[in-house]
Amino acid sequence: MMMDSKEKILAVREEEIQKLNASDCRILVCSGTGCIATGSHKIYEKFMELVQDTPGIEIEFAPHDSHDEKEEKVSVKKTGCQGVCELGPLVRIQKKDKVIQYTKVQIEDCQEILERSVLEDEVVERLLYKKKGKAYLGPDDIPFIAKQTRIALKNCGKFDAESMGEYLASGGFGAIIKALYEMTPEEVVDAVDKSGIRGRGGGGFPAGRKWKQVARQPEKIRYVVCNGDEGDPGAFMDGSVMEGDPFRLIEGMMLAAYAVSAQNGYIYVRAEYPMSVARLKHAIACMEEAGLLGDHILGTDFSFQLHINRGAGAFVCGEGSALTASIEGNRGMPRVKPPRTVEKGLWEKPTVLNNVETFANIPEIILNGPDWYRGIGTESSPGTKTFSLTGAIENTGLIEVPMGTTLREIIFDIGGGVKEGGTFKAVQIGGPSGGCLTEKHLDVPLDFDSVKKYGAIVGSGGLVVMDEHTCMVEVARFFMSFTQRESCGKCVPCREGTKRMLEILEKIVAGEGEIEDIDRLKELGEMVKSMALCGLGKSAPLPVLSTLREFMDEYVEHIQDKKCRAKVCQSLRRFMINPEFCKGCGKCAKNCPVGAITGVRKEFYHIDTSICIKCNACKDNCAFDAIYIEA
Amino acid sequence: MLDQSYYQMTDEIIGRYGKAPASLIPILQDIQEEYRYLPGELLTYVAGEIGVKEAKAYSVATFYENFSFEQKGKYVIKVCDGTACHVRKSAPVLEALLKELGLSKKKHTTDDMLFTVETVSCLGACGLAPTLMVNEEVHPTMTPEKAIELIQELRGESR
Repeated sequence: MMMDSKEKILAVREEEIQKLNASDCRILVCSGTGCIATGSHKIYEKFMELVQDTPGIEIEFAPHDSHDEKEEKVSVKKTGCQGVCELGPLVRIQKKDKVIQYTKVQIEDCQEILERSVLEDEVVERLLYKKKGKAYLGPDDIPFIAKQTRIALKNCGKFDAESMGEYLASGGFGAIIKALYEMTPEEVVDAVDKSGIRGRGGGGFPAGRKWKQVARQPEKIRYVVCNGDEGDPGAFMDGSVMEGDPFRLIEGMMLAAYAVSAQNGYIYVRAEYPMSVARLKHAIACMEEAGLLGDHILGTDFSFQLHINRGAGAFVCGEGSALTASIEGNRGMPRVKPPRTVEKGLWEKPTVLNNVETFANIPEIILNGPDWYRGIGTESSPGTKTFSLTGAIENTGLIEVPMGTTLREIIFDIGGGVKEGGTFKAVQIGGPSGGCLTEKHLDVPLDFDSVKKYGAIVGSGGLVVMDEHTCMVEVARFFMSFTQRESCGKCVPCREGTKRMLEILEKIVAGEGEIEDIDRLKELGEMVKSMALCGLGKSAPLPVLSTLREFMDEYVEHIQDKKCRAKVCQSLRRFMINPEFCKGCGKCAKNCPVGAITGVRKEFYHIDTSICIKCNACKDNCAFDAIYIEA
Repeated sequence: MLDQSYYQMTDEIIGRYGKAPASLIPILQDIQEEYRYLPGELLTYVAGEIGVKEAKAYSVATFYENFSFEQKGKYVIKVCDGTACHVRKSAPVLEALLKELGLSKKKHTTDDMLFTVETVSCLGACGLAPTLMVNEEVHPTMTPEKAIELIQELRGESR
């Protein structure tokens, strides 16, 4: 239906709210990337099939007037990420305000859920979320979710990610209606500026200031570009917003376009997120059909077209000028600034370039006002931040917390501490552009400025927890190999510097490091940091510099003692046979490809470490677990 | 020489995006999706049609990792080696796959054109690390054993 006036959209909203309230029970199947991987689509189909075949249930899209009071009205919906990805497929059963969260739902469980929780008011105990012997009923009871504050992820997991109607019913498009009918573009810019929201993509540049700069350019053709090229390995927040609540992102971009009088917008999505592309395309098509994108939106003078560009596998395209170059059809290489993107961005026109999460926050800021937003988070970093919590941690998943929350709260209260009772060693924040924070930083408030003081960055929000089984030198090598591979090659400090740094790190993990290498790494790191052309190059040495600062002893151990305490670096492992367990079967000697194992049958065997190539063949095949690795 | 049908398909793809230099990347992406690689002849053809120099088209195609001039297998397996997957031991999964398929870091595609194995920096399913993706389907919490099972399953499927 065309919504070409305020009255029409409000009328449609009324209808949608009624539709939403009409269903007695909503079966919400998580349809985020994680749950789809564990098979949630099959669960969705099963529920659809069951609901259609069960007598006494009326599927919700039946016309209103045929509603038989005796029948249960049930709807089955695909939602965005419900948060605890590790326990998927996730299903929520919602009856009015009462919600039950089920985890690890299998096809066989669907019938039982339908009979007991949908038709009756019983709970299938074994599918509830459990921690330390305690079972939790609703999603908001689960500590992992209860301790979060959700703005960007507000709708994720609660509403159908593919339904414009549900977005509207949840209050969606309220901000664009307010802006178009009650606010001037200047007022919108002002509200965003006063809210103090800083770009969530990594740098933390105030979004309002960016918008202001674009708004005052003499050039009248302007663009709004959304950076959805979430390339940091270990981060999936933006992907979750794009696939879980695409309409909110689009509404945020519309507000930006209205504020700076832009006519066209582009969303640049990573190629590895097919689901995000599909959901956004669907959302755009729905909105175009309803007249919410295109010419004269809601009967006003505001016109806005939105386009999607898929990335083609280049991390550097997360950098603003590389991203716009890629949209233009060029190699995605950053250029020298100034001129900045706000002056000369896409096709040399003034451009608002923000990331997904930033745009997703804008509608709430416009609706609730800048003062409300400033009330959350810290003075210099207002609002919330999404993080993807992964690595050696009990509860992995997607979280959103107020800025200024400490690492301790995130890792231990929300994340449930280190996995399998391990010891916390460090948390890598900000991906390949960030650094490590350790035990002593656990009480540092996470906001843009505080984290920077300790040589790390909030970045886009990847938090990878590491325990004693992680080798910090190897982690530094891992990130360096990533940035080195992804270096676009335009400037020498990054192209050559990262390559040399990687070579040195490879040497150290291979047990061939020299003590001078530490100084070489530091010198090279500082050089790349100060001289590289773009933000990615400048931040590439940070993981190395921060591990050097926090874990110097591990570097020294690798170099001087040829020892890796985490037993990760293959070349530094020493394979040994425990004579207590060895039965003298001789299997290891037979399996050894280099003849490093000798011994007498039925007595015990010995590994000559000078011949051993550390291939693991002996250990893999020992029936008595007699072979161990000495660090 | 490519069959005439390739050019017809390419014309159709160009039609989706229009004859403009900015359409280069989306056009190449669709060609790559259609044929699982980028035939060099088509790159030249597209460049001519949309008005960019052949050298420019080549420079763009070689810049982005997703484009490949080599034909890929029916199943493209992308093993995630993002931070979360790396910390949760994705390397042995990759090794097991390479060994099972007789591939190496240099040889990516099996001779029967069934499998291509690549690494990717993050699939966005970090909560279920380590992961891998077969074409567009993500497989969670992999182990070397599960990876080999998966290969056997796919082999059966294609028979």
